[in-house]
Amino acid sequence: MTPFLKRLSAILPTDRLLCEPQHLSAYESDGLTAYHARPIAIVMPETADEVIAIVRACHAEKVPFVARGSGTSLSGGSLPVADGVVIALNRLNRILSLDPAQRIAVVEPGVINVAVTAAAAPHGLHYAPDPSSQIICTIGGNVAFNSGGAHCLKYGMTSNHVLGLKAVLATGEVVEFGSTSREQIGPDWTGLFTGNEGLFGIALEITVQLLPKAECFHTVLAGYKTLEQAGDAVSAIVASGLLPGAIEIMDALALEAATAAVHADYPPGCEAVLIVELEGPREVVAADRVRLDQIIAASSPVEARPARNATERVAIWKGRKSAFSAVGRLSPDFIVQDGVVPRRRLGEALRRIGEMTREAGLRCANVFHAGDGNLHPLILYNGKNAGELERAEALAGRILKMCVEMGGSITGEHGVGVEKRDYLPDMFNPDEIDCLQRIRAAFDPLMIANPGKMFPGGNAPALTSHGLHPLEKAGLISRE
Amino acid sequence: MSNHITPTTVSELVSAVRDHPRLLAVGAQTKPRLSAIDDDVMRLSTLKLSGITEYEPDEYTFTALAGTPVREIAEAVAAKGQYLPFDPLLLEAGSTIGGAVASGLSGPGRFRFGGLRDFILGVRFVDGSARELRLGGKVVKNAAGFDLPKFFVGSLGRFGVFAEFTFKVFPSAAATLTLRLPVSDPTKALEIFDTVGLSRWEAEAVDFLPTGDAVLVRLAGPDEPLQILAQEIFRHFPGEILSATAADTIWSDLRELRWTTAENSLHKVAISPNQVPALCIRVSSLSGDAHIYSGGNVALVSLPAGTDATSLGLPALTLRGTGPLWTLPPTPPAIHQAVKLALDPADRFPSLA
Ligand SMILES: Cc1cc2nc3c(=O)[nH]c(=O)nc-3n(C[C@H](O)[C@H](O)[C@H](O)COP(=O)(O)OP(=O)(O)OC[C@H]3O[C@@H](n4cnc5c(N)ncnc54)[C@H](O)[C@@H]3O)c2cc1C
Repeated sequence: MTPFLKRLSAILPTDRLLCEPQHLSAYESDGLTAYHARPIAIVMPETADEVIAIVRACHAEKVPFVARGSGTSLSGGSLPVADGVVIALNRLNRILSLDPAQRIAVVEPGVINVAVTAAAAPHGLHYAPDPSSQIICTIGGNVAFNSGGAHCLKYGMTSNHVLGLKAVLATGEVVEFGSTSREQIGPDWTGLFTGNEGLFGIALEITVQLLPKAECFHTVLAGYKTLEQAGDAVSAIVASGLLPGAIEIMDALALEAATAAVHADYPPGCEAVLIVELEGPREVVAADRVRLDQIIAASSPVEARPARNATERVAIWKGRKSAFSAVGRLSPDFIVQDGVVPRRRLGEALRRIGEMTREAGLRCANVFHAGDGNLHPLILYNGKNAGELERAEALAGRILKMCVEMGGSITGEHGVGVEKRDYLPDMFNPDEIDCLQRIRAAFDPLMIANPGKMFPGGNAPALTSHGLHPLEKAGLISRE
Repeated sequence: MSNHITPTTVSELVSAVRDHPRLLAVGAQTKPRLSAIDDDVMRLSTLKLSGITEYEPDEYTFTALAGTPVREIAEAVAAKGQYLPFDPLLLEAGSTIGGAVASGLSGPGRFRFGGLRDFILGVRFVDGSARELRLGGKVVKNAAGFDLPKFFVGSLGRFGVFAEFTFKVFPSAAATLTLRLPVSDPTKALEIFDTVGLSRWEAEAVDFLPTGDAVLVRLAGPDEPLQILAQEIFRHFPGEILSATAADTIWSDLRELRWTTAENSLHKVAISPNQVPALCIRVSSLSGDAHIYSGGNVALVSLPAGTDATSLGLPALTLRGTGPLWTLPPTPPAIHQAVKLALDPADRFPSLA
């Protein structure tokens, strides 16, 4: 046993310090199944004090660590470091307090996203950030990645809902940022920590705000002959001054897949389906829906289907939320991309993705958050065919570069991780990357917190092929 | 030698930072305490770095130079049927967008969708090594790199000089309606805060007035439904609907801090709703006044000269008057200084203390 492992064994009982190959292999990958690396140990702390002690041991022995929630990161964020430890936070899963009057909750990092909403629901409240992986991903992972969902345009991302946090930094220092107030004095440390991709340290307690659940919804599904028409409808909605809770588009391949997988029913002959959802007090929704229905009617859809009741609404969202895993079933392997373009250039972006996909001799489905220009192209390929993985990766890269060229971003919500670290220089110049690195070094001078992520360079981990996350294969989750 | 420098371009701004070993950016100085600092510190005025450089109504985004008056931005977006949901203060007084970010001040409307931190998307700034950097992005959704734009909110120019920002805006509601609900004491105000916060009404603002005798609730949305919601609110808390003119006047007075007097000091205090009654007692024992807004999450407190914010015992920033600039933890975490050093290695900008 190395001195480091000895140190860990003084902190944790043997059943929570795993070093055997059969245990380690379960943690070799995250949601980006293309990559894998074997850590030296997995530790499973149950208390914040244990996490602090482990991080301090890592700091003292200069051993890299990777925090891990549910391992659903799609960019390789929770991929282990070969000579490091994985700190699995799933057992820190207590909701420490929930104050309905102030509409806040304090949770441990291993709490599952939907568990917060479930605890808040009896008070008529909910936790707004809703990544498609919400039934499995953790609040700690959401904080690290500033995760989004279908409602970002109106409600923002994770960082817009985190009021404060307690964390152990990679230096071993324990800090408290923010508070239970929605306002703060001094620089926004909470905002800086959120989205750090595990490079600053480990969040131990997170104070989140809860919102009253909207009283009423009006969800419309509209089919269009062309993607361009669907895009024009989005522009018309945005120009009208309405502020829908969600505006989503699925393309033909995604529709085909959703139909096959969950028997979703779409208007026939459509190249695109638009989903728009209004929410609010019933009187407000009633007034807004008249305008929305007029705009959609004027956008020449093949057919528009407003959900007449809660069951129909759920069915619309089921088709949408299952679309990606459904597409994944059409192909042995796939890559999910996550780029952002200015909304007005969505049509152009989709056309170029189509052209680039044809040039690459591959297929690509598109399901995306049209309201905020967040594309999720899903590139299908077969890793068994020589050269296809490389062609798929090259295509993914071209799409990201296109997003930057159009004035957008290489990631809207999945983070940079390992997958996109080589594209960071497309968004930021060397001085800017240096600035980010200096900040990282302030939090983590030894570079032991999740090294090899976000920044270009470093040793590439093993790359195999992409495919469904094991939990998706089991039908437990689906992706956006 | 004058201790003001006024660059007119971003490249002049970069040179100005390079040329001055001790420097603080200042805007319109509507919050004088924020720029009250030793005379040997060069003040860099952003007033000539002004103007909206990009505005894409279809994208819900605009980009403006740091010295742009917030009022100019509010008017430009209003002309396209949009608004700044964080509801900036001191528009008529001439406050700049850079000053709004540095001070981290949002107005009553922050109740509905969040404060300034929730709408800032990108920043172009000059760090302490005189490098011009752009972080964040220009689109409404972006997760690449650390969120420095957010970090800068409330940072008081201690980490860099801002050149330009990108923000998200929202479409304006067709109508607004202001309800005045008389209250006898702060506990009743707290009850309204809590009830409105948990309700289906989606109020835009909920404020306890400095006069201490009423809570204002501002509703925003399509015209007719607002009337129905107002009647429902009155069934819980009796009150009246203010005329459009009366509402405009009262909101403008709050926004421009006309309820305060220039001799008094002025502080922004971060609180939780359940601290409202105790804060009110404290403020009145100090012979001060407070405007408590955002459902009891922010207070602007005016105190007689000679009393400073430390007597409030809450996290506070002094905007006007004397006393400490901001309350800091008794032993600030080491990370504060480490990040300061990362962005400003030569200590060009004023220290955090
Ligand atoms: C099917 C599917 C659908 C998805 N849909 C969405 C979506 O709609 N929107 C979206 O934004 N993302 C989505 N994702 C991506 C993913 O779910 C999110 O990034 C999520 O936040 C990761 O949470 P996790 O608990 O699985 O974290 P992990 O994958 O375990 O970790 C993610 C990162 O967080 C760090 N980390 C974890 N816990 C902590 C902590 N306590 N402190 C510091 N760092 C920590 C890790 O080191 C790692 O870098 C989806 C993924 C899948 C597989």
